[in-house]
Amino acid sequence: MRDVAVVAFAQTVHTGHDTGLAEPELLLPVIDEVKRATGLKRFGFTCSGSCDYLAGAPFSFVSALDAVGAWPPISESHVEMDGAFALYEAWVRLQHGDIDTALVYGFGKSSMSDIREIMTLQLDPYYLAPLGLDQVSYAALQAAAVNADRAALDEIVRRSRADGRANPYALDLPDPSGEEFEVEPLRPYDVAPVTDGAAAVVLAAGDHARELAGRPAWITGIAHRAEPHYLGMRDLARSVSTAEAGRAAGVGKGPVDVAELHTQFSHEEPILREALGLSGDVTVNPSGGPLAANPVMATGLIRIGEAARRILDGSADRAVAHATSGPCLQQNLVAVLDQSL
Amino acid sequence: MGNRCAVIGVGQTRYQTRRRDVSLAGVVREAALRALEDAGLTFADIDAVVIGKAPDMFEGVMMPEAYLADALGAAGKPVMRVHTAGSVGGSTALVGASLVQGGVHGRVLVVAFEKQSESNATWALTTHLPFNASLVVGAGGYFAPHIREYLRRSGAPGHIGTLVAVKDRINALKNPYAHLRIPGIDREMVESTPMLWEPIRYLETCPSSDGACAIVLAAEDKVTGTPAWIHGTAMRSEPLMMAGRDVVSPRAGRDCAADVYRQAGVTDPRREIDVAEVYVPFSWYEPMWLENLGFAAEGEGWKLTEAGCTALDGDTPWNASGGVLSSNPIGASGLIRFAEAALQVRGMAGEHQVEGARLALGHAYGGGAQFFAMWIVGSSKP
Repeated sequence: MRDVAVVAFAQTVHTGHDTGLAEPELLLPVIDEVKRATGLKRFGFTCSGSCDYLAGAPFSFVSALDAVGAWPPISESHVEMDGAFALYEAWVRLQHGDIDTALVYGFGKSSMSDIREIMTLQLDPYYLAPLGLDQVSYAALQAAAVNADRAALDEIVRRSRADGRANPYALDLPDPSGEEFEVEPLRPYDVAPVTDGAAAVVLAAGDHARELAGRPAWITGIAHRAEPHYLGMRDLARSVSTAEAGRAAGVGKGPVDVAELHTQFSHEEPILREALGLSGDVTVNPSGGPLAANPVMATGLIRIGEAARRILDGSADRAVAHATSGPCLQQNLVAVLDQSL
Repeated sequence: MGNRCAVIGVGQTRYQTRRRDVSLAGVVREAALRALEDAGLTFADIDAVVIGKAPDMFEGVMMPEAYLADALGAAGKPVMRVHTAGSVGGSTALVGASLVQGGVHGRVLVVAFEKQSESNATWALTTHLPFNASLVVGAGGYFAPHIREYLRRSGAPGHIGTLVAVKDRINALKNPYAHLRIPGIDREMVESTPMLWEPIRYLETCPSSDGACAIVLAAEDKVTGTPAWIHGTAMRSEPLMMAGRDVVSPRAGRDCAADVYRQAGVTDPRREIDVAEVYVPFSWYEPMWLENLGFAAEGEGWKLTEAGCTALDGDTPWNASGGVLSSNPIGASGLIRFAEAALQVRGMAGEHQVEGARLALGHAYGGGAQFFAMWIVGSSKP
């Protein structure tokens, strides 16, 4: 495959509430930032990820395009998925060999709706959605299946929130406390917070990447896999699609310094660690991860961006990024980023 | 453009107002199984699945690719979900082709669908406050002023739209999958229907359909059956809100056409492209796109339509299948254009086959005439 690297990453200072900014207004500064960082004004390809249901109106990506400066017209596409999957589409497009750079972005304002109920609409509309199972309830089914140790989950949340407080882009959330359940066995703090935000990444191929960044974060592997939708068809305690994507991306081919995982619930961390074969000494979500900032539809892309940032700034040599889609980790994407090829 | 890629299977459902007999999963699976059958393959032969549809509000299922993965044999495989407004069917084909052209996969299943009977498309398409104050309702209200501006600029006589409405429905009578099959369709019938959005009459607009279309794409070493080779692919987007943007003949459409023609080595599209499947949801978009796509000079497109050049037996047939005016499951409409282009160069279009078609254009547009997706397919290798 052609060598492609992340050469720039930017994200908003995420907020836990609606600041009154429209989606294009969230996006414009981060797109400007990656343009400034790379000196690029035009890209060979542009791809974005967003979800109309967050805003409750069609075509959120249409107005977002106004933030990109798509004039003269650009070669552009959109996935109704997390921006991480838009990055995958852009990586594939760069494999053709006729273009050298791509802009990828994702954005979401989950403050505008009840994300927990909205996610119910993602379920099979005939057999599952009518049950009224909301996002936290089906996540709790998975948490029960994995039977995670409460103290371990508390430590994951404590660590994530502490790291988030040290991350200027993440929310400031206190150490977890309280004995009540949101949906047993999940406590309120096991659930990623409502967050508004956006992120942008620039990909470049070969020598272009070397020109645009001192230490490009080379994507040495990237793959994704889906599992059956029906929760009863899966062993919820494991993530076989993450394991397969991780194998295809070559996670196990070298040491992992850091992993950024798309954990929307604390119990997903042990499931993903096991699926990716990450030992206990691998640092997971040093940014605080989604438990400290979860701008839906950008959260997965931010995992790739945060992993890449640590290669770009020299604090890591090899990193793993993970993004997910669908109920209970139904579909998973894994990327390996490396300072060398 | 990357590695060679070919369409080796096409599957469509019969488009109709309501498919009460099948679920969303049922309708996509029906198209997918037909495409696999055409290619002589099964789900086990497929490496990845790409799903496209227009806004999720149409069916009230958010990101339905998660739920549809099972019905499309996608468990254990990569699934992508594309959404680029009305152009999405075309974009979905291009994303699928990209996976093959980029050397990532050998065989990709592409499926696009809409089950519009689940909701009211006009209102699902109408944005509301606080996002913007919509001055119009639905797509017809949005595009009618663009058409009126075309009429003003070109001086086209008022009956041109009627001619397209009749021509595409006559073609639809030869297409067993078409939704609107109106025996005895003629100008008088079209002109007798109510004016919806001046100058668009009821029969000059597309229907709301339930249906799905699927194609199987293959790398050169994975081709089975009869291939339609991809000679060029292009997408272009431009902003919705930009002062001075020409909405009648958008630059994104012209640039996209120039790109796909360059890749396919086409310099005179009207003579070199044997048949075109072009996204014409309102009849007047045929003359408008004839100009935008370079089949006619500016202001001259309507003359080709009037002279019958775009009829099935004309010198540059457009929408031999009956087009969007005859079948419109919105999210699939673009893919149907791309698939019909492939059927033509495979010589498998049945009664609406254009004799000896060797090079065909598939076209889709969306948003406020700002998103464009196109491909050119041929019977011989590029």
